[in-house]
Amino acid sequence: MSSTNASLKTDGAPSIEELRAAGVLPSREQLAQRPCVCVECIEEIPCNPCETSCPQGALTVGDPITNLPVIDRDKCTACGACIPACPGLAITIKSLSGDLAKIRFPWEYLPLPEAGEEVDMVDRMGMTVCRGKVVAVSNPPRNNRTAVVAAEFPAERVDEVISIRRKHE
Amino acid sequence: MGVDSKPAVVVGAGPAGLCAAIELKRAGAPVVLMDENGKPGGQLFKQIHKFFGSREHSAGTRGFEIGRRLLADSLELGIDVRLDTEVVGIEPGLGVWAVERRSRSYTLEAGCVILATGASENGLAFPGWTLPGVMTAGCAQTLVNVHRVLPGRRVLIVGSGNVGVIVGYQLLQAGAEVAAIIEGAPALGGYGVHTAKVRRAGVPFYCGTTILRAEGEEGVERAVIAKVDRGFKPIAGTEETLEVDTICIAVGLTPALDLAYLAGCKPIFVPELGGNMPLHDGYMRSSVEGVYVVGDTAGVEEASTAMEEGRLAGIHAAYALGFLGEAAMRERTEATWGRLDSLRQGVFGQKRFAAKARILAEGKVRA
Repeated sequence: MSSTNASLKTDGAPSIEELRAAGVLPSREQLAQRPCVCVECIEEIPCNPCETSCPQGALTVGDPITNLPVIDRDKCTACGACIPACPGLAITIKSLSGDLAKIRFPWEYLPLPEAGEEVDMVDRMGMTVCRGKVVAVSNPPRNNRTAVVAAEFPAERVDEVISIRRKHE
Repeated sequence: MGVDSKPAVVVGAGPAGLCAAIELKRAGAPVVLMDENGKPGGQLFKQIHKFFGSREHSAGTRGFEIGRRLLADSLELGIDVRLDTEVVGIEPGLGVWAVERRSRSYTLEAGCVILATGASENGLAFPGWTLPGVMTAGCAQTLVNVHRVLPGRRVLIVGSGNVGVIVGYQLLQAGAEVAAIIEGAPALGGYGVHTAKVRRAGVPFYCGTTILRAEGEEGVERAVIAKVDRGFKPIAGTEETLEVDTICIAVGLTPALDLAYLAGCKPIFVPELGGNMPLHDGYMRSSVEGVYVVGDTAGVEEASTAMEEGRLAGIHAAYALGFLGEAAMRERTEATWGRLDSLRQGVFGQKRFAAKARILAEGKVRA
């Protein structure tokens, strides 16, 4: 199944069209300018830790707490505090630099990947779309066991890539 | 306002019961908290994921950490927690009949009783459902997160509500493979953020699909699934066989009502919240004087709402027993309702909000 005709309520993950319609996908121009927070939270659920975790006040949920989060890209410093704070593991930070895309995403499986490791990059459907390289793994106590992994991969896959393939025996 | 020396008895030390007991004890009321299990916390210690909500609902905190916090509070307050104590009857006049360690029984005269007995998982019967390897999702979660035992290598999950999807994620975290999550309805039930994290790990979802049978010699070796029509009848020719050794059933929960019925609480049928449950009002009072119902017993929702309902009952019971003034009771009740209402919003919460509103409206009329 390709990502293009899938949908959140039948296939489990949002399609790129659904995300685009919800306005949560940054454009390539934005991604080339600066790292962009992508909050793939398109369903009204009562939840706002993204808002309270942001030291810049760049993420707003407001009242009622079922509002979808709104990002102010001018305030966001891409510090990444929201990535492990989101209970839904729905936040990534992406950027483009020449031929390379970079993603920082939440990770809750053991063993943790290691910096320098070559990995399969997956899309929202769990399909491998390209190879990539882990460049950093951070898991300080304040993340409360949600590690944040940074990986690089070919720029043309920036919209599709969401995570890496889990190691499995 | 006379101070009643009989204690409030809270039955069930899960999130709702713990919160009720904590509110009572904080107000200075004598409380006895009973639970049939050897450890308190109910299902909280199996919840290793971060909770939703806002800061005041402990959002971003993992369920077991909320459990630890509630336990620490109850210990600090010196609440009389009686474990391995099964409540088997509520006698008229609020005599709580308890069996301790399956060896000694006694009756405790209670000033009021708060039933926080939770819910039980629904079963699903299909050919092969008695094979070893078929279990409820909660069972798999208990095996993995409490006993650290992987129930199988390759799992099929039947039911796409939050329970099925979260347990699927936790099985992946524990090292199992999830072959699929199937759903009889045309759309998935759980939160999109939950399904998305499982999907990106490579787990396929099949909507409009049911399990036909489990096959195997000594245990589950295969599951046969099929598409269903609008009347949920399997469509011939759509059968598919999945190689799995474990089948987890996650098709909803039913409130545990045994004690509520014994106490004489009037029921109401609310399918959205799990079937029959005791009628109750906004203070969580049942139709029986002095008996409160909270948490999944009062309609299946989630731990966050259960905790708030527990607080509502605890606050009102403290007032009814003479340990809290009316103004303080009203103020705390209102604050608690504010938090509760905020959890019952949005596409998922509205249905529960409407269902609860129906119970409260009926509760007023029939009380």
